[in-house]
Amino acid sequence: MNLTLLMYLIPSLIMFGCGVYGFLTRKNMIAIMISLELMLNSVDINFVVFNRFLFPGHFEGMFFTLFAIALAAAETALALAIIINVFRIARKVDINEINKLKF
Amino acid sequence: MESVGNILMYFVIVISIIVFSVLTVTTRKMLRSATYLLFVLFATALLYFQLDYQFLGTVQIAVYAGGIVVLFVFSILLTHKPGKDAAALDVHRRWLGLSAALLGVAACGYALFSYCAFCGKELTGDGSITIERLGHFLLSTDKYGYLLPFEAISVLLLACIIGGVVIARRR
Repeated sequence: MNLTLLMYLIPSLIMFGCGVYGFLTRKNMIAIMISLELMLNSVDINFVVFNRFLFPGHFEGMFFTLFAIALAAAETALALAIIINVFRIARKVDINEINKLKF
Repeated sequence: MESVGNILMYFVIVISIIVFSVLTVTTRKMLRSATYLLFVLFATALLYFQLDYQFLGTVQIAVYAGGIVVLFVFSILLTHKPGKDAAALDVHRRWLGLSAALLGVAACGYALFSYCAFCGKELTGDGSITIERLGHFLLSTDKYGYLLPFEAISVLLLACIIGGVVIARRR
């Protein structure tokens, strides 16, 4: 049995599907961020796998994943700061109940 | 032909990725969701190690498992009562999400299985990179150099620090 490119793409595809499901169904802001992390992570896997299998001597996909990890860390830190600030003001983290800015 | 240990490792990684990412989005307790996310990220790091990208796996563990999950756990503990379940999803919303996710997965899976010309490709050569070469790549300005994105990321991280301080500051 050989490990092919396709066999590494399938778990990342399923991970992305889980992320989409969680993003659409969850109502808690932190749960939405967690689903977002799942989707970002599956895209990272795709970059690495394509790089490793198709262009073994080059490292573009690896560097893209490195920068994507840094971006994801920055984005999560800011988003969680915003969520905690919203919680301090409104005492809620549910996206259906936070509607003060709507008109 | 791969070694048996490699194939076993592959199956452990893939099964844990699939199971824990399904559990992450279906469990009702937030803290458990964050814990399952941690397991998914660890399995991803193992995948990177298996594909010879040791530095990337280390970064994945250090930044994702060490930084982001800790942030998640802190913010969950700050905003939730421990042990409390989230409210149940209404049926309409669940079906909407499930159908969207399944449609996307089915479309991508169909494209993968029927149109992917290079999907049978196998692992060749040694893909590992030494830290010395990696440093040269990151700080060079010629072709295949990554100095500009490196600097852009550092400016972005500075902006992110300032933004975090401004948002979290007590007025």
